[in-house]
Amino acid sequence: MNKIKIFQIATWTAVAVAAGILIGVKGMLPNGELQEHASSTGTARVGGPFELTSHTGEKFDNARLAGKPYLVFFGFTHCPDICPTTLYELTDLMDVLGPDADKLTPLFITVDPERDTQTVLSEYMTAFDERIVALRGELADIDKAVKAFSAYYNKVPTEGGGYTMDHTAGVILMDAKGGFFGTLDMHEPRETVLAKLRRLIASNA
Amino acid sequence: MLRRTATAIAVILMAVGPSMAHEFKAGSIEVGHPWSRPTPPSAPVASGYLKLTNTGTEADRLIQVESSFSARAEIHQSVVEEGVAKMRQAEGGIIIEPGGIVDFEAERLHIMFIDPARQLKDKESFPATLVFEKAGRVEVEFAVQRKAGETAPEDHSGHGSGK
Repeated sequence: MNKIKIFQIATWTAVAVAAGILIGVKGMLPNGELQEHASSTGTARVGGPFELTSHTGEKFDNARLAGKPYLVFFGFTHCPDICPTTLYELTDLMDVLGPDADKLTPLFITVDPERDTQTVLSEYMTAFDERIVALRGELADIDKAVKAFSAYYNKVPTEGGGYTMDHTAGVILMDAKGGFFGTLDMHEPRETVLAKLRRLIASNA
Repeated sequence: MLRRTATAIAVILMAVGPSMAHEFKAGSIEVGHPWSRPTPPSAPVASGYLKLTNTGTEADRLIQVESSFSARAEIHQSVVEEGVAKMRQAEGGIIIEPGGIVDFEAERLHIMFIDPARQLKDKESFPATLVFEKAGRVEVEFAVQRKAGETAPEDHSGHGSGK
């Protein structure tokens, strides 16, 4: 085998390895699946029918969201870190957006309706922007909503007989027509997050 | 008069205290700025963060956290894997290597105070006891503040935040 041949084999091997890594990494990106839907089809699969009850006790379904962009965040109140941080951050963002924030509906859907009763949620939500709507329902209704947004949750037992919930971490952005627009990661710089929200609002102008 | 002055000083300290960096020490373990977030009403849990520095030559381990503020306290790690947030108890506590630093925020660790006695408001504080395998027990105060990194923000180099 001459040197050129070895070089060629080495090059193609490197290309194959690099392609494999790229495919692997793409599949592992947070919410990679969600983003792919939007870019490849234009119309996303994310966003289907759901019917839940708000923290103020009102029936709340997807039809009610028509004509206005909205945000969806899955979480639970027994979550000390990511959930309250995201809700406080959304509160700050609504404040920074000023009157434009009225053009969005942020939703906080609990994946733990057993412990997150309407009473708990109605008290809990007083700490945040009053435009953020917390939603709950029977487990089957929650499952339907989770599926509607291609999200995920799982109940995980903990030592001592309790449990915690794994759940989709990002905030899902939906446009006024109920189409998937993107996601927010609260670890992104504030400016990036604000720019995405402003684009979402502008998409409905 | 003396009492009134003492009260006035205490009030000033309480008002100023939580927003300033504060430190505690037990043996060769330094506990940097324990802090917690305000909690929404009827929140069943609260979080706590701190920075542990081991100035000694032997590894030590944070094995337990106790507080009259909550029914229980556990040490947890949060991870986000493939877009899914997960929270797990840190098995066997937190090891601090000699000369090492464990920054709870940077490593996405937190102390979870379960069943807190009251709602936490901005600029308040509450006491807790950290129990180390070698350094023993140390009493600390958790300062309640809205934002992470309100003190010593320059000190985060050397910690990979990208996990």
